[in-house]
Amino acid sequence: MFGWEFPPLNSGGLGTACYGLTKALSSKGVKITFVLPKSQESIKVDFMKILIANNISNVDLKFIDSLLSPYISYEEYDKDLSKLKEELKDTFNTNPEHLIYGNNLFKEVIRYTKEAEKIAVQEDYDIIHCHDWMTFGAGIKAKRISRLSGKVKPLILHVHATEFDRTGGNPNQIIYEIEKFGMESADHIITVSNYTKNLISYKYGISKEKISVVYNGLEANEISLNETFNLKKHYKIVLYLGRITLQKGPDWFLKVAKKVSDKNDDIKFVIAGNGDMFPRIVEESAYLGIANSVFFTNFLRGIDIDRAYEMADLYVMPSVSEPFGITALEALNKKTPIIVSKQSGVAEVINNCYKIDFWDTWKIADSIIEILHNEDLHKRLSENGYEEVKKLTWDTAADSCLEVYNKFIINGGIHNG
Amino acid sequence: MVSVCFYFQLHQPYRLRNYQVFEIGNSNHYYDNEKNLGILNKIKNKCYTPTNKLILDLIYKTNGELKVSYSITGILLEQLSNNAPEVIQSFQDLAKTGCVEFLSETYHHTLAYLYSKKEFKKQIFMHKKLIRKLFHKNPRVFRNTELIYNNEIASYIESLGYKGILAEGADHILQWRSPNFVYKPVNCNNIKLLLKNYRLSDDIAFRFSSKSWLEYPLTAPKFAQWINAINGNGNIVNLFMDYETFGEHQWADTGIFNFLEHLPSEILKNPHNNFITPSKAIRQYNAVSDLDIHSIISWADIERDLSAWLGNDMQKFALSKLYALEKQVKKTKDRAILEDWRKLQASDLFYYMCTKWFNDGDVHKYFNPYNSPHEAFIAFMNILEDLNLRTKTKKEVIVI
Repeated sequence: MFGWEFPPLNSGGLGTACYGLTKALSSKGVKITFVLPKSQESIKVDFMKILIANNISNVDLKFIDSLLSPYISYEEYDKDLSKLKEELKDTFNTNPEHLIYGNNLFKEVIRYTKEAEKIAVQEDYDIIHCHDWMTFGAGIKAKRISRLSGKVKPLILHVHATEFDRTGGNPNQIIYEIEKFGMESADHIITVSNYTKNLISYKYGISKEKISVVYNGLEANEISLNETFNLKKHYKIVLYLGRITLQKGPDWFLKVAKKVSDKNDDIKFVIAGNGDMFPRIVEESAYLGIANSVFFTNFLRGIDIDRAYEMADLYVMPSVSEPFGITALEALNKKTPIIVSKQSGVAEVINNCYKIDFWDTWKIADSIIEILHNEDLHKRLSENGYEEVKKLTWDTAADSCLEVYNKFIINGGIHNG
Repeated sequence: MVSVCFYFQLHQPYRLRNYQVFEIGNSNHYYDNEKNLGILNKIKNKCYTPTNKLILDLIYKTNGELKVSYSITGILLEQLSNNAPEVIQSFQDLAKTGCVEFLSETYHHTLAYLYSKKEFKKQIFMHKKLIRKLFHKNPRVFRNTELIYNNEIASYIESLGYKGILAEGADHILQWRSPNFVYKPVNCNNIKLLLKNYRLSDDIAFRFSSKSWLEYPLTAPKFAQWINAINGNGNIVNLFMDYETFGEHQWADTGIFNFLEHLPSEILKNPHNNFITPSKAIRQYNAVSDLDIHSIISWADIERDLSAWLGNDMQKFALSKLYALEKQVKKTKDRAILEDWRKLQASDLFYYMCTKWFNDGDVHKYFNPYNSPHEAFIAFMNILEDLNLRTKTKKEVIVI
């Protein structure tokens, strides 16, 4: 498997999904070599290794030194790289021009691909499973290498998000082409929802027959913190949890908060997460005059995420384009009811929730008020939603994944692929 | 005759912790005690202790010719009393020489004038009381937070019985006029205005160690020459600066203490020069003219206006919500709530939210204990909500 991130180094749902799926597959006897980019923070990498070693057998982690992170944009990569160069110059007095890191995002992806190729030569495998576009090149290389050994190994792309989702419909042409080429080269594609399946078929011209849907699951976590938040004695809390970026619709969330706050002083909003739009959203909350009704937490990890879900009376996910939306499941798992945008994969698997277009801020605002002021409704959504989410396991996801694998492995690899 | 008038500002706020949403209603632990104490100790060692000692020595050495004035905020005096009483003692020693004047200001270094005159007046009174208690002096000259000033503030301060007030000698106000005279605020009769000579002040405070400055290195004889040159076209040179200039902003190894040590004797070499306190300057010199300052000025940034504290929506929102709590807070008659509300008024907390040139890593960033202005805003708003809830639960208790 070629991936981008893994807990605890993840900044979003992709890491959570890779972890959940890998764990479930390994428990079914699948041996996995997981290749990941590795940032500078080696302490965290060690922690990751321990986490994997303690929880998952059959998995071998391989790291490639890289600045890659799944949600990085071309511009941000440039910024990160120049920051790193400065640091290296300051600290080690090295000439940054001799750096191993690629000078722009694409060069870096190419470098990752070459390094991955080296690993592919050494490893023995039956299936090549890639998670999202930065690893597509690595997957194609691995397939070519397998051809040299006589048996072409099938390439399966697992699409957790496309460039259309990330950019709100304004894709970077090069990334789009990498994605398209990858999809065309792949033997099969797995998407996390029908929403994404349709998008790929429509935007990338891929036959639907070549695409299977494997819904994400949720790692059951029954632990309840049962913390008392005195804030809740005074207010109902509506939560946003995700990266503060265009795709996730934080600006729409703020518009909703404004509409609710104008008429209700018993409802407060919490925006948990960080991202490129973070400063803008904070400033806008002040500009709209609702900064005393909207609280920010910045990026949360581990137990603080659970605290946020438990503190909330309602979770709202106003994503503009959301292939799946694991956070909605996490919220339900804490018995916090959800409102999700119609433009999301999670809307396909949960029925006990409100599904509203992300742009319909009046309707979202009215629904928030309705759910929070109607105890019976709130209880129903919470309990029935919880029952639904319990059925969505990584075990099921792994079974569907194996089904796809088996289609290709029966022959012991495909010939002339 | 040229009189050199030194005024040194001393202030340290109670910086806030990175107070989280989860704590609202659960914790009253607002202040970053460790950081506040750490900074206080650092500045005590680098600046307060050595500079006080040097000033005291110089007063003796010049037979009392050297005069200086201090404005020390109530919250710094509080922190010093609790953590470094020896510094308070050294100021008391300075006070006894009779060569030192203490100025009046708001106890919590606030922008209260802009939002609540009632609170503004109360804070001036609190500060005055503390100065009387510690130094047995009655302040007669007022300096507003960050030298925030306009006609209206001058009239208000006059109505409280003050004889003098300080302001920035901003170019756009003075135009062709010189800051080296005493002025009278327009429409006032009993109060005079002293204006900071920002060029000469900043030569010491900002440029002293700047190697790219043409006048580098600055020596005491050179600076005394510049003072001498004012003879004949000015009465007074107001050198207003942060006390931290000595040892903190300009580190000891820049030679700043050596400069200060030799400055009084160099200046006094010219028999037409002397040192003067603000009160004495106001008694001694007549106002040369009225000065009409309609818009608010301050000593901050190039703009010399309020934009360092009220330049963006976050700052405006935080301040307006803070002062909107005034009635609610005062109604509780709860000492702890009132005190926290006042500590939250320190202008620094809004300065940390400033987004002007934040990317340039300039002076704003240097003084910002947060990673970004947005984090400063978030911590502040979280704490403010906790305070709000405290006033509400307090009320409920009374009802029951």
